[in-house]
Amino acid sequence: MNVDLNIRIHPLTRVEGHGDLLVRVVNGQLQEVHWDVVETPRFFEVMLKGKHYTSAAILTARICGICSIGHALASVRATERAFGVEIPETAAKLRLLAKHGETLQSHVLHLLFLAAPDFLGLPSVLPLLESSPSTVTLAARLKGVANRLCEVVAGRATHPVSIQVGGMAVFPDRRELASLKAELAGAVKDLAAVAELFKGFEMPAFSRETEFVSLKGEGSYPWIGGALLSSDGVERAEGDYLRMTNEFVDERNTSKLCRLSRESFAVGALARWNNNHRFLHPAARAAAEELGLGPDCHNPFKNNLAQLVESIHVVHESIALIEDLLAEPESVQTMAEVSPREGEGVGAVEVPRGILYHHYDYDGEGRVVRANCIIPTTQNNLNIQHDLKRLALDLAADGADDARMERLCSMLIRAYDPCISCSVH
Amino acid sequence: MRYLHIDSPRPRIAVFDFTDCEGCELQLANKEETLVPFLNAVEIVNFREIATGAGEDYEIAFVEGAISRSDEVERLKAIRGKARLLVALGSCACFGGVNRMKNAYDLGAANAEIYGRTPKETLPVRSVKEVVPVDLEIPGCPVSKDEVERIVRHLVLDVPFAFHAYPVCVECKQRFTTCLMEKGQLCLGPIVRAGCEAPCPAGGLGCWGCRGPAEAPNLEEFFALARERGFTDQEINERMAFFGGFEGVVVGGTR
Repeated sequence: MNVDLNIRIHPLTRVEGHGDLLVRVVNGQLQEVHWDVVETPRFFEVMLKGKHYTSAAILTARICGICSIGHALASVRATERAFGVEIPETAAKLRLLAKHGETLQSHVLHLLFLAAPDFLGLPSVLPLLESSPSTVTLAARLKGVANRLCEVVAGRATHPVSIQVGGMAVFPDRRELASLKAELAGAVKDLAAVAELFKGFEMPAFSRETEFVSLKGEGSYPWIGGALLSSDGVERAEGDYLRMTNEFVDERNTSKLCRLSRESFAVGALARWNNNHRFLHPAARAAAEELGLGPDCHNPFKNNLAQLVESIHVVHESIALIEDLLAEPESVQTMAEVSPREGEGVGAVEVPRGILYHHYDYDGEGRVVRANCIIPTTQNNLNIQHDLKRLALDLAADGADDARMERLCSMLIRAYDPCISCSVH
Repeated sequence: MRYLHIDSPRPRIAVFDFTDCEGCELQLANKEETLVPFLNAVEIVNFREIATGAGEDYEIAFVEGAISRSDEVERLKAIRGKARLLVALGSCACFGGVNRMKNAYDLGAANAEIYGRTPKETLPVRSVKEVVPVDLEIPGCPVSKDEVERIVRHLVLDVPFAFHAYPVCVECKQRFTTCLMEKGQLCLGPIVRAGCEAPCPAGGLGCWGCRGPAEAPNLEEFFALARERGFTDQEINERMAFFGGFEGVVVGGTR
């Protein structure tokens, strides 16, 4: 075969942040394939130094415009563990509810605004405004419910305000919660329509054996804190996250890279699905079966399906959480006493794109001495590279042309829903 | 957009991002109840985060993020060359945002700490207007989509837009939020520009000043009030420095 391909995408579109894709094939032989993260570094860990504990979550939320609630949650959890603070049970429920709002918002944004255009053969969701306005309305309605859930519970959808060290600063307006419960019932129907849409999409047939890392479920599908688990059998405590990530720096990327038992590993919805699917809501498991998402799935394109399945799970769990919260008495406490002390703490949270770690070391005044944040996309970047290499080899051997190579490589990266600004921070 | 039964032209807009979290451009895809009419009122020709295909024939460029690398300076200048109107979107673009706090640290040491022996290029953070002329600044971390919509409506109809001159304090009163200063929290509400509708104090967090100073804020009176309530100059200065909007404003002698 005499196929020559030279694909350079700078930067890739419909992803958060800046990354470049390069594929070079000469005479049907793959010469190079690269996924390079070129995003501008921001040095959050440096800016955290000397900051008072009350500002750490406000600052680190700004690492990410999509998963700021996840960052705030990992941040306050790290601080609370450093100070030995136990938050009230109601606050834990409120945090999980805000988390679910963000998961839904982020997954819907990715599935319908960023990923779906590839399956529909469109450059973006914008042409659908003319050709299928009901699809755009559906996407907007779902994202709207998700954002309102975040606003009502966390005070704002992007860069939350009520998630504070010690708990949640306010209990949400009960009438708003009740009306959200009704809206979420509508979201169940809307997600069924999204599932119908995705059933019609053909997930590329591709598979590469991968190590998957997530929180370890113990009785429920895990989101906030707990033990760490890899599908290769590694299990560690939350505070031992450094040995689960093993970050290193290379020349080509402003994002760091991670590995565990093999050349790379993956985090995110598919990793959570593979490690913890038995804890999902029955409706979510039923949807997975209908969508063709089975256990032990090593096809990264199906991360899209895992996100959809998780969206169904969080909507059902949110309805149950709201019912619980509405039964709480008016006098319920949502904040614990906080006294800063010298020490360190780690917070691990499953954010939309995978497991996120914040780690702070505090002095006796409650000021940060040292900080470390390890982001899901940082953990995925090397796995994306290895997947891309295998995919490009397969496609080159198959005699794929430029358009097919570019389309499938771009779709593979997008399937990870990378959050690149976040991965560089 | 139709106004008074007249169709107005759909301005061709582009959205670009630099050193930041991309949260402000994401607000453009929020406020879902008016998202479809909003997207129909403009023609999006270049918006990398949500669309493939980069048109160069835009009239209005929304620029998000601070500037902290030489390739960003070049890219920004090229955008300025093409755009009839350049709008700085969000606190990073307007003031440098939280990124500006990086400038207080030694950049070589910062680089060594994060990247070890493979340092990455990084310059002191600048706002957009420190690099190219800016026609309009929309502050906020993130920007308020409501306000962005109002501004876009004005741009589409070619009607001048004026920000509220009054501070966030007024918006707390409008929504019956109990004053957090009265509850013992530090809040920059009395000196920060309104327009966000004060979501932070309503959610139990004093204002951190992401929108920068209100018009002619009474700084001395505010500093006196804050000191009277036991807040130190260091606390007030750290708060004012957080989003970069109060560059050059300092209470007391130290910073």
